[in-house]
Amino acid sequence: MADYNETEFLICVASRLMQDRTIAFVGTGIPMLAASLAKKMHAPELVVAFEFGGLGASLDKLPLGVGDSRTFHKALIASGICDAMETAQRGFIEYGFLGGAQIDMYGNLNTTVIGKYWPPKVRLPGSGGANDVASHCWKTIAIMRQHDTKRFVKKLDFLTTPGYLTGPGTREEAGLPPNTGPYRVVSNLGVMGYDDKSKRMMLLATNPGITKEQVVQNSEFEMLVADKIAVNPEPSAQELKILREHVDPDKLYI
Amino acid sequence: MEVLESGLGELFQKPDVWGFREWVHKHKDKTLTSKLMTEQEAVAKFVKDGDYLGTELYGTVRAPMSLTREVIRQGKKHLKLAGQGIHEIDLLLAADLVDTLDITYIAWEVYGISSILRRAVESGRVKTADWSNGAITWRFKAAAMGIPFIPTLSMLGTDTLKNSSAKVVKCPFTGQKVALLPALFLDVGLIHVHRGDKYGNCQIDGISGFAFELARASKKLIVSAEEIIDTEEIKKYPEHTIIPFFLVDAVVHAPYGSHPGEMCYNYWRDEGHLMNFLEDSKDIVKTKAYMDKYVYGPKNHDDYIKLVGIDRLKKLESMIGGR
Repeated sequence: MADYNETEFLICVASRLMQDRTIAFVGTGIPMLAASLAKKMHAPELVVAFEFGGLGASLDKLPLGVGDSRTFHKALIASGICDAMETAQRGFIEYGFLGGAQIDMYGNLNTTVIGKYWPPKVRLPGSGGANDVASHCWKTIAIMRQHDTKRFVKKLDFLTTPGYLTGPGTREEAGLPPNTGPYRVVSNLGVMGYDDKSKRMMLLATNPGITKEQVVQNSEFEMLVADKIAVNPEPSAQELKILREHVDPDKLYI
Repeated sequence: MEVLESGLGELFQKPDVWGFREWVHKHKDKTLTSKLMTEQEAVAKFVKDGDYLGTELYGTVRAPMSLTREVIRQGKKHLKLAGQGIHEIDLLLAADLVDTLDITYIAWEVYGISSILRRAVESGRVKTADWSNGAITWRFKAAAMGIPFIPTLSMLGTDTLKNSSAKVVKCPFTGQKVALLPALFLDVGLIHVHRGDKYGNCQIDGISGFAFELARASKKLIVSAEEIIDTEEIKKYPEHTIIPFFLVDAVVHAPYGSHPGEMCYNYWRDEGHLMNFLEDSKDIVKTKAYMDKYVYGPKNHDDYIKLVGIDRLKKLESMIGGR
């Protein structure tokens, strides 16, 4: 078994969800690393979109933020926020990668406050581009580094970013584009999807050594479990080599 | 048009389309007059207490830091801010000069949440309304278009909309629900650019974030530039000009004006400086010490450059990637 840490595994699992010849909206951190790894492994023509206007960057150097010069190094276009967000709003962007402090069973995310809105117990960063990304991209993938009952919650303190809101049909009722919504959740315990009918989060695959009971127990809401649970393959030697030597050689994140 | 839902957030700056038109008609000078001045002169002349201020940047990148530090030195207070930034907002909040925030994202990206923002908002000192990043930019776009609101399909169905002052209406053409965002006209916009001429014609390299929109949404616009060049040079590449001179009220020559942030193609972010600041910002006393040293200490931007040290800045220049 290869020696790797939890972050490296998360990056590899997220990376495998990225498809060649699609556009993926990514934020700082794990999605950025996953996109860079995907481009070097199986998706060389993946177009990576950053909210401040960098589209199609080479990602040969890892950005420190969603607007630094590496987000448009050897890119297709260096435009601005309006163009990036409007490209998503027009239906051009397949995948959006997000994170959050809390997620509920419909894939709604909170990155705004803990406690009441104002003054809050904890003021978090706010939506940033997440609300736009989850409103307009066809499929959104949430990366949750820590799978526990404080983060996979029954009720969000604040619904920053839309998942399936309160169930089937509610995105459309709210006016969000049809046939869009959460697709996967990647956590340190496994990968979740959503039940077609109920739009509720459902465990699809666990990480090696993790049981489905652990995933259920570490979710405050009732986690659905697929009939057949896969096991996420461990990072391959090649994935780890590329990740360590080419994606993040300066160890900024891993 | 029937209003189906109204956000409960306070509208900190009411869109005043006619007022903006009258202002620019009366105040924007179309004669070719040099607007070159220092940060001190520009801030003293164009920023006043109670103004709604907007800064244009991408996180710590191309941030108008020399102008922000001067706003703080002059103690312009009861400011209203639109927050899509970080270090400049942290400093303004730490100086206790801010009353309200239209916030979309204020945090240090991979390095986590802002301790200064937390103290300011959790204590109830600063009022907030929340928006998405797209939404706040489209609010500037509406102002840039000279219209009172703009429709979008962002924010629908969320608490973000409930705590903003957006409204949901039924589209009169399609019947679908759309969110209407009020135009955000700024009293003062601050933008740092790669180069400009003395009249205020400005060019930016790389991505342009929301510079185009914010420049056009500002009643008063102060630009700082890494380099001041001849108008003839600007005119050779008019397609690179993002701000024409008639939008601009003051031009400040500010080499390293985005420090400790990045300026693409010019200099890399000062990680060491920012890591120290992040550590200091967790503690009120240490935050004050940082402010005393780097903001209140230097008399002006030249002083600040000397304090940081030209060797350090040259090193950051050598670290920036090429094309």
